[in-house]
Amino acid sequence: MTAPARHPAWRGVDAPGRAAVGVRTLRTDRWWLAPVATALGLLVFVVYATARAFEQAYFFADERYLTPFYSPCVSLGCASAPGSSHFGMFLPDNPLIPYAALSLPFLLGFRLTCYYYRKAYYRSFWLAPAACAVPEPHPRQTGETRFPLVMQNVHRYFFYVAVLVSLVNTYDALVAFRHPDDGFVVGVGNLVLLANVVLLWCYTASCHSCRHVMGGRLTHFSKHPVRYWFWTRISALNTRHMLFAWITLASLILTDLYVTLVARGTIVDLRLIG
Amino acid sequence: MSYKGRFRVWRGDAAGGALADYTVEVNDGEVVLDVLHRLQATQAPDLAVRWNCKAGKCGSCSAEINGRPRLLCMTRMSVFAPTDVVTVTPMRTFPVLRDLVTDVSFNYAKAREVPSFTPPADLAPGEYRMAQVDVERSQEFRKCIECFLCQDTCHVVRDHDENKEAFAGPRFLMRIAELEMHPLDVADRVPAAQDEHGLGRCNITKCCTEVCPEGIKITDNALIPMKERVADRRYDPLVWLGRTISRRRD
Amino acid sequence: MTEIERHDYDVLVIGAGGAGLRAAIEARERGLRTAIVCKSLFGKAHTVMAEGGCAAAMGNVNEHDSWQVHFRDTMRGGKFLNNWRMAELHAKEAPDRVWELETYGALFDRTADGRISQRHFGGHTYPRLAHVGDRTGLELLRTMQQRIVALQQADHAATGDYEARLRVFAECTVTELLTDPAGAGGHAPIAGAFGYWRESGRHVLFSAPAVVLATGGIGKSFQVTSNSWEYTGDGHALALRAGASLVDMEFVQFHPTGMVWPPSVKGILVTEGVRGDGGVLRNSDGDRFMFGYVPDVFKGQYAQTEDEADRWYDDQENNRRTPDLLPRDEVARAINTEVKEGRGSPHGGVYLDIASRMPAEEIKRRLPSMYHQFKELADVDITAEPMEVGPTCHYVMGGIEVDPDTGQSRVPGLFAAGECAGGMHGSNRLGGNSLSDLLVFGRRAGLGAADYVTGLERRPAIREADVETAAAMTLAPFEAHPAAAGENPYTLHADLQRVMNDLVGIIRTEAEMVAALDRLAELRARVHDVVVEGHRQYNPGWHLALDLRNMLMVSEAVASSALLRTESRGGHTREDHPGLDPQWRHRVLVTHCVDASEAGAGAVVPRTAVEAAERVPMRADLLALFDLPELEKYYTAPELAGHPGRGSRQGGTP
Ligand SMILES: Cc1cc2nc3c(=O)[nH]c(=O)nc-3n(C[C@H](O)[C@H](O)[C@H](O)COP(=O)(O)OP(=O)(O)OC[C@H]3O[C@@H](n4cnc5c(N)ncnc54)[C@H](O)[C@@H]3O)c2cc1C
Ligand code: SF4
Ligand code: SF4
Ligand code: FES
Ligand code: FES
Repeated sequence: MTAPARHPAWRGVDAPGRAAVGVRTLRTDRWWLAPVATALGLLVFVVYATARAFEQAYFFADERYLTPFYSPCVSLGCASAPGSSHFGMFLPDNPLIPYAALSLPFLLGFRLTCYYYRKAYYRSFWLAPAACAVPEPHPRQTGETRFPLVMQNVHRYFFYVAVLVSLVNTYDALVAFRHPDDGFVVGVGNLVLLANVVLLWCYTASCHSCRHVMGGRLTHFSKHPVRYWFWTRISALNTRHMLFAWITLASLILTDLYVTLVARGTIVDLRLIG
Repeated sequence: MSYKGRFRVWRGDAAGGALADYTVEVNDGEVVLDVLHRLQATQAPDLAVRWNCKAGKCGSCSAEINGRPRLLCMTRMSVFAPTDVVTVTPMRTFPVLRDLVTDVSFNYAKAREVPSFTPPADLAPGEYRMAQVDVERSQEFRKCIECFLCQDTCHVVRDHDENKEAFAGPRFLMRIAELEMHPLDVADRVPAAQDEHGLGRCNITKCCTEVCPEGIKITDNALIPMKERVADRRYDPLVWLGRTISRRRD
Repeated sequence: MTEIERHDYDVLVIGAGGAGLRAAIEARERGLRTAIVCKSLFGKAHTVMAEGGCAAAMGNVNEHDSWQVHFRDTMRGGKFLNNWRMAELHAKEAPDRVWELETYGALFDRTADGRISQRHFGGHTYPRLAHVGDRTGLELLRTMQQRIVALQQADHAATGDYEARLRVFAECTVTELLTDPAGAGGHAPIAGAFGYWRESGRHVLFSAPAVVLATGGIGKSFQVTSNSWEYTGDGHALALRAGASLVDMEFVQFHPTGMVWPPSVKGILVTEGVRGDGGVLRNSDGDRFMFGYVPDVFKGQYAQTEDEADRWYDDQENNRRTPDLLPRDEVARAINTEVKEGRGSPHGGVYLDIASRMPAEEIKRRLPSMYHQFKELADVDITAEPMEVGPTCHYVMGGIEVDPDTGQSRVPGLFAAGECAGGMHGSNRLGGNSLSDLLVFGRRAGLGAADYVTGLERRPAIREADVETAAAMTLAPFEAHPAAAGENPYTLHADLQRVMNDLVGIIRTEAEMVAALDRLAELRARVHDVVVEGHRQYNPGWHLALDLRNMLMVSEAVASSALLRTESRGGHTREDHPGLDPQWRHRVLVTHCVDASEAGAGAVVPRTAVEAAERVPMRADLLALFDLPELEKYYTAPELAGHPGRGSRQGGTP
């Protein structure tokens, strides 16, 4: 058996000994479509989210709807919207510090280290590879073995924090049913917040790290029937993790947009009950 | 229905080669391998193609069709329009031997580097007891027909010959996962997966999963769970902290 | 001629299927330097295609099972033609061989209490087939492949060389066995084997005092077959040319359920597991026709109504099994008749229906590769519509005549196991009995070879003249032929397949056999003029040209044996002799190679001849496992004189 040879320089599919096809890829389908669409989708979200996170206004509507981009609202600036802060206000009010500075970095880290998003941006931004069997443009490939990419391995700690943040989001969605004056009410905004939270849970629970800690790390499922049960459910969700990753990007934007528009008075929240 | 199909087939060997044009009859219900066989029988008797079962079971007939790694015997002609030109080349990650046949010895060398199943010392044959739910994960990986299409498509080695030494490839990282999840295997395979077999080089871009003709979820069910197991040991900050401190001390 | 590559081994195993690998493992574990040679890549042998399971009377699912029951089923399936000693060893040792695989890392499907699960199959009284979904052969082969790697790793740890004591020569074809006429009296013993690397076309010579043939079957001589290109009967032909004999070559199994459409996949197997798990056969009228085809010898053992048959899946103690699970020969003939009488499906098969019998999810779980195969290749969703199926050439019961205990043929040092060995399955193999056969007799052949080599006083020597003849034979197709334009190997192969399919197929007559032998003679003449284009590097046209020699020899053996046996039994059905004939039960047809000097020196395809011989009578204690009335259906009265039942039923039989 031939020992794999070491080549001084990157030559990929043109390396000596391989079939001299001459063309870098013979794919005839529109393989570039997926990475382009992914890149666009991610860019839209990043731009929107950044703009909104630093806007520091229109984040609380109808005295009860808090947008997820400002949750938990822990900046002293949250005082501008009374009732928006459920967990105290202690961060300095500074234009460079988002009101939800406590959660946003972790949420960003959670999504950045997410196994799905990793695939998405490695493919669409780093082009490693842009599509299968399409050569990547880099002279070396070390994958996730070195700094900074070796840090991807801490994903599960972001997951733990993300669970806490999802709990906070859930709390936000639930308290929104209590209007300070009218008591228990249900408006369209409630349904929007609730739907968003359900989807966030789907995304968070379908995480690979979650699948691992809930049961995947076991060798003998048969000895842990409860954890096995959880593992099977999470595995079923996990197959749709990519779907939830995109849906939640959309639902976050839509939820935030809804709250903003209500807060600006552009639209009026329709009251269904109460 | 039968039509004249246009084909471009790579002919050549390690010294060089080119795509050759052919016009061949294509009949209803045929797969690409049928057409190549007709080529052999009528126009190119020495066209080298590796195949065995023609039923998608042995994993011999791996090649690239229109640039995508596929089994020749499981690619139906009906996925192409009669006017399409179908281009067939050998797998482009392995050295070519002749025409569509490549030297896949890389894979056999990697297979040998994975330590074998290590049974518990005290169990006699016939005494093995395993629950179905415990064997199912490894059974999925054992569906592998060793077509090596995943190895072919993985950019870690496809685009970087220099990585071939340090990277076992999805097929054999999955083999490690299979043994790691085997209910009766007693060996510890996690550190070696990262240190010796190059698990860290995989950037989970899922091309292996995309091409696997057996539909094995290589990335989701083998590679990522293995990365998580490595994270259990290596990248748990608390464990890391403890290790760094104790290393400082001595 | 340039110096050829030479290797020296104690045991040379030809074939890397289940039988070959098991033999190699055994020989290597006995401390012998062992080589495995195979035509395709390591791990691709035909065994990967086996789907349904591996029969072994472990009694995990039904504790009433035992080796005796398995033995009886095997003998009944083979219509009492089996080599009873092989059937006995097989039934007794199969469970140990399966359990051994678990120690190598195999992961079979499990029962609720964690043991190996077993499934129903045609002809087996109890659920008996250890399985993994419908890819059991793959599991078996991969497990043994990995065992070989484990042994190589051990050698690497000890010597620094993976291949110190066990080496695989993949994509290397053996074209001739070499013997040493100066060896001991009687048959010239084996001295080695000659072959070529497919990749480079270069010759290679192995010198080895023991050779184990494990080359599989002969199906590629037939047009509609479930077999792969490897099945060109190489082992059968190599053994004949080396002086060994074949038995039972008239018995070729046509599996009742192969795909019939589209044409390019015609013949690909639909596992019997579909019926074992509840699938039923219907004709175009929607009738479950198998109820009308239970032969007399099996009367009383199969359900007579659909209700009873359906109840049997859940309660086997109180119901009889469905006739859909009759042995393969019966089902194949029944389908043949239905189609002939106009009750077939649009593409000339019958319907196999599982869609209406269980939920879609269950089908996908139990039969994933079948689901996949039909979806991918025929665009048929088997969870929603019935499959169209028809008989396909599947397995050859006949093969190299061997000693049951050691696997040794008539030629000293030449062993055989697996599909290329004969006798074990009689006139018809039960599903699942092949995988267990590979394990049991693969191991025994490995042991036999090891013992033979250990006991050898002098290593037989290879004669250089033989090497040169063998080399010249392989290169002949490259020589320009003065006669005619030269024959295209692909055309010749297609012609051969048509002859065998049309004339030596599932239903045979004397006239057809005679015609087939004539046609084969023509083909033998044409093969002289085969010319191949190109050079020796990975040239499939050349490979086929060389395989044709073997196919033609084996085809002649099949047709001549089929001509002689004037009865119908198992895999051999003569329209002109429809019944079982007890006078034929105790006779075995033995094929051997007619000495090259008779056929004319340098014949590309040496002639074969077939003779009838007497079978060894079954040991009394084994015979006593059967009831007298059953045996009387097969045996002549004098043969049963010693049966214990004879005394109590004085003169009770006609
Ligand atoms: C589709 C299908 C399904 C089946 N399902 C079942 C089942 O469910 N249960 C069951 O028990 N049986 C089943 N069988 C039968 C069984 O799989 C085979 O009989 C068995 O695998 C044969 O094994 P073997 O070891 O004899 O040979 P193989 O596995 O066929 O191996 C033959 C080997 O010999 C090598 N070889 C051949 N000629 C040469 C040469 N000239 N030089 C060098 N090497 C050579 C080949 O390369 C190959 O490695 C099935 C068969 C088929 C076709
Ligand atoms: S997921 Fe990993 S192993 Fe699979 S193709 Fe991508 S980089 Fe290679
Ligand atoms: S994992 Fe899939 S793609 Fe890779 S070798 Fe196995 S069957 Fe082929
Ligand atoms: S959030 Fe995507 S994998 Fe954890
Ligand atoms: S020939 Fe076996 S997988 Fe294609």
